[in-house]
Amino acid sequence: MIRVVLPAHLRTLAHVGSEVELEVEGRVTQRSVLDALEARYPMLRGTIRDHVTQQRRPFLRFFACEEDLSHEPPDAPLPDSVASGAEPFLIIGAIAGG
Amino acid sequence: MSKVRVLVGTRKGAFVLESDGKRERWEVNGPHFAGWELYHIKGSPVDPNRLYASQTSGWFGQVIQRSNDGGKTWEAPGGEKTPEPGAMPPPASNKFVYDSSAETGKPLTTHQWYDGTQKPWEFKRVWHLEPSLTDRDTVYAGVEDAALFRSTDGGKSWHELPGLRGHGTGPKWQPGAGGMCLHTIILDPSNPGRIYIAISAAGAFRTDDGGTTWKPINQGLRSQYIPDPTAEIGHCVHHVAMHPSRPGVLFMQKHWDVMRSDDAGDSWHEVSGNLPTDFGFVIDVHAHEPETIYVVPIKSDGEHFPPEGKLRVYRSRTGGNEWEALTRGLPQSNCYVNVLRDAMAVDSLDSCGVYFGTTGGQVYASADAGDNWAPIVRDLPAVLSVEVQTLP
Repeated sequence: MIRVVLPAHLRTLAHVGSEVELEVEGRVTQRSVLDALEARYPMLRGTIRDHVTQQRRPFLRFFACEEDLSHEPPDAPLPDSVASGAEPFLIIGAIAGG
Repeated sequence: MSKVRVLVGTRKGAFVLESDGKRERWEVNGPHFAGWELYHIKGSPVDPNRLYASQTSGWFGQVIQRSNDGGKTWEAPGGEKTPEPGAMPPPASNKFVYDSSAETGKPLTTHQWYDGTQKPWEFKRVWHLEPSLTDRDTVYAGVEDAALFRSTDGGKSWHELPGLRGHGTGPKWQPGAGGMCLHTIILDPSNPGRIYIAISAAGAFRTDDGGTTWKPINQGLRSQYIPDPTAEIGHCVHHVAMHPSRPGVLFMQKHWDVMRSDDAGDSWHEVSGNLPTDFGFVIDVHAHEPETIYVVPIKSDGEHFPPEGKLRVYRSRTGGNEWEALTRGLPQSNCYVNVLRDAMAVDSLDSCGVYFGTTGGQVYASADAGDNWAPIVRDLPAVLSVEVQTLP
């Protein structure tokens, strides 16, 4: 089970609490986690990655295990502790005013 | 007794304001979608409880929301949680992809950027939602970068009408200060094939075949900020209004100049008359008097606030040229708010109500066609849009 933490506005949009638990088949990567997240919660499609290019939206970052993974290739494996569910995959909104 | 519902989009959420026909006491509901920008909310003329809302964010992009109970509850159409992992997800209600297909689309060309270079079209947000006059599940969306989309399934999926973006003048379109937005959509109640739209900064356009082909309708506009002031394309149209009983008569608030057309946009003439300044954003028409129009003059393009710090609505009962200031109940000193292009609307009660919202968070209402004003609310986030529904 993969644990994903969403920014507050996306929790509201998806009607979920602070953490989402997902089953991910195959290798656990940014892409496979986000694919599983969007398949389960379709209202999140387009809010984290662009619909067409699948690029991360510029004001969002991906953190895990105290590392910034935002610029890692989307098909690179996530840390074992994320794959095992010991640590969450964090989707963070930039602190950019508001 | 009839009721009035005012739909207010702000920088930080949506608000629904309701009153009975006296329009004296108001119930304020909101914020809905707190923290998000709500560019526009509008109800279906066919089913007034069906509302569409454009919810946007610099962080998370575009979301379309829909209500079936007049704004009490909302859903992202097509965004329901998938029941089983791996099940086929429904269409994406926030997916606005320009149609560049060989079969139905137009090539994804470029438009002018602020520095004069060319830049490819890129979707940013929905500025305006215009529900169909005949079908509650059909709704049009005006987007930035400028294009027109349509949904026929209640907002679950969207398809571009590419004939507008691709009709040929696109490389001359350029963004205004707010972006290159398609902000005005007017459906002709007497002719299902006729739609007017306006783009900042390209101009006004009309289709007579339901959106397949388009023509610029900017003859008579004059804009000093483009190399050829009378060019066919490049005018910063801020808003256009029409009275449903006279769909060939249009009123326009341009970047500067208040304009009028009596031939469905084929030609325009200036009706700024005695206005203290003819810069502004909003323009609207009285519900029962097609020659009575309203604007809110703003000092200049460099100073987006009322002249002399006095918030004044100007009314013309002669279809332009002769204007009177309406001030009763509006602040007449130290007022430096703006009134944005989609932030004025009218109700259709016997005594026509007029409403507008400001960037200072006030929503003002007049229940007597503008003679007297009072704030419904004073301290909302900056108001982006105001729409009104008159309910039985």
